[in-house]
Amino acid sequence: MSELIDFISFKDPGVLTILIGALAVSFASAIIGTFTYLRKKALVGDAVSHSVLPGICFAFILSGEKDPLLLILGAFLSGWISVFFIDFIVSRSKIKADSAISITLSLFFAFGAVLLSFIQNSDNANQSGINHFLFGKAAAITDADLKLFIGVLIIVGIITLLFFKKFTTICFNEDYAKSIGWNVKWIDFVMSSLTVLVIASGIQTVGVVLMAALLITPPGAAGFWTHSIRKLIFLGLIFATISTVLGTFVSYVRPNMPTGPWIIFFLSIIAILSVLFSPKGILRRLVLNRENKSKIRNENLLKTAYYLTYERELPDFSRSEIVSKRSYETLELEKGLKSLKNKGFLLENSGRFYLSESGKTEAKRIVRLHRLWELYLTNKMNFKSDHIHGIAETIEHIITPEIEAKLLAELDYPDKDPHDSVIP
Amino acid sequence: MENKSIDVHNITVSYSGAPVLWDVDFELPTGVLAGIIGPNGSGKTTLLKTIMNIVKPVSGNVKVFDSNIDKVRNRIAYVPQRESVDWQFPISVMEVVLMGRYSGKNLFKRTTKADKEIAREALESVRMLEFKDRQISELSGGQQQRVFIARALAQKADLYFMDEPFAGVDMATEKTILEILLKLKDEGKTVLLVHHDLRTVREFFDYTILLNTRLVAAGKTAEVLTEENLNSAYGARLTLLEEVGKEIKKKDFPLREKDFDDK
Ligand SMILES: Nc1ncnc2c1ncn2[C@@H]1O[C@H](COP(=O)(O)OP(=O)(O)O)[C@@H](O)[C@H]1O
Ligand SMILES: [Mg+2]
Repeated sequence: MSELIDFISFKDPGVLTILIGALAVSFASAIIGTFTYLRKKALVGDAVSHSVLPGICFAFILSGEKDPLLLILGAFLSGWISVFFIDFIVSRSKIKADSAISITLSLFFAFGAVLLSFIQNSDNANQSGINHFLFGKAAAITDADLKLFIGVLIIVGIITLLFFKKFTTICFNEDYAKSIGWNVKWIDFVMSSLTVLVIASGIQTVGVVLMAALLITPPGAAGFWTHSIRKLIFLGLIFATISTVLGTFVSYVRPNMPTGPWIIFFLSIIAILSVLFSPKGILRRLVLNRENKSKIRNENLLKTAYYLTYERELPDFSRSEIVSKRSYETLELEKGLKSLKNKGFLLENSGRFYLSESGKTEAKRIVRLHRLWELYLTNKMNFKSDHIHGIAETIEHIITPEIEAKLLAELDYPDKDPHDSVIP
Repeated sequence: MENKSIDVHNITVSYSGAPVLWDVDFELPTGVLAGIIGPNGSGKTTLLKTIMNIVKPVSGNVKVFDSNIDKVRNRIAYVPQRESVDWQFPISVMEVVLMGRYSGKNLFKRTTKADKEIAREALESVRMLEFKDRQISELSGGQQQRVFIARALAQKADLYFMDEPFAGVDMATEKTILEILLKLKDEGKTVLLVHHDLRTVREFFDYTILLNTRLVAAGKTAEVLTEENLNSAYGARLTLLEEVGKEIKKKDFPLREKDFDDK
């Protein structure tokens, strides 16, 4: 608990550096990651993230120290080489893009891992902590790093603002951009450079293994909530903030825990919650599904009640009379009866049911829709009248009053359906 | 031919080895409605893209309004094939149509009031103004196609390239698009579109380019759409060309010998 207070009160001045540094990194990632995501280049992002490792190791071996600028430069170069390498394989051979990407990833990462073990076995006193580049360590962010990260964020922010339309257009419709004479290669180059730069600057905090998730997960999760690019970026920034603060806190409190996995862990939780609970999410769909099912069941039951009331001319009817007209599973029947009673459409008197006034109106409406729709199918779409019952059954439940009005008009306000039954 | 809008000179195009267009050569006057007709995979889209230099030909060259396409890009408009676009992309109708006002020359031009007005007019003429703030993912296929047409109209061009604008659209949309095409022609514009329905071709199109990997025929519609030509494009399979294509792909054979560069 006291650690939490230490953390949020910034008693340790290092906390502020770490937190702002980590936030700068995740903001830059969320911004440029939105375009990586929209351009469907998530896999390339992952390959580049892994591919910066040899560059960092080389920078360290050559300089013998952990100068942040040099390390980023090394990472940036080797990230770019991997981008070219992927393009080269795809354009010069028959290997498909996804294979080229995974070949590049494994090749560069394996090479980086070899260099890393080489460094760790050397007796360079500075080498401690170089392995943080695998999984990240926000606690190691220094003031020099901080300046660099903020610099990167500013660059990414400004260039993205300037190129917003260009990035959007080539993500959406690259051929169109070419047709108006834009230099798509160049715009692409700017976009890739920013991505590589962000990856290069982010690995100290998150590590090469999970860096791609920091790019892709914020817009990916935001995509469940909104349908506008600006909001995608904005929400992504919020998600990045939450997960970065939490992740950095955990690794601050438990210094032997790497930061990257924790940030990504919290990001993933946000993503999972989005998958479940957003308006486009699974839960919403389940609810809709249930609602539709019970709507269909209730309306069918009302239709049966209409038939029993008006065509068999029964004053009231029992469960078995309902089932004799149309078969219902017992459980479904009970649910339907209860729900219709709750809505006041159906009244019960010692085991026998009858329609209330509102129930009669509603039942008439449904029968009307059913018969209108049948008529529409036979008259306007030339279905055979003995074939249409099934189709009419499913459609009638989704006809809105507006569609009903149009149906009536198009059919010239009919009074009989194709089976010669009266349209109520 | 006077007043040529497009002059396609002996172009051959290939993606990875096997050519998809062999030595295609034709001209098109200005002020006509012209259709590119041919079976699936016959290279219609590729031909449009090559004319706009989105795809680079292996050999041959193209002139638009008697000059290099790059000099006249502000005079052309393009409606890409529906399938080439991600319709789930988070972008609104108005944003798409405003793309029609982006300038190729000035990369950082800002959208002005006048641009917005033009975009509104374009949307109005395809009867989509009331949907201007909708996301494109929420539209029907026909509505999406109309948005793309509106973007092309907002480009205020002289030459319109449209790749299957009638694909997957409803009757109302088909009618709207046809009206727009005829209006463009009345204004003296040139429209070149990829199309499927032979009936409407005969009825509305002045020029027809019949394509099946090679050029079967090009010229006035009535002269091109003969039974013989149609058989040749749709009927007999191009077994020999296919064989050669496969061979080229297998051996990674160069499609042009350096010494015979035409230009
Ligand atoms: N980007 C591409 N890479 C490789 N082959 C392609 C590409 N685009 C089209 N093709 C091939 O070129 C041929 C012609 O395609 P296309 O021009 O799209 O035909 P159409 O528009 O007439 O249906 C097809 O066989 C297609 O598979
Ligand atoms: Mg095509």
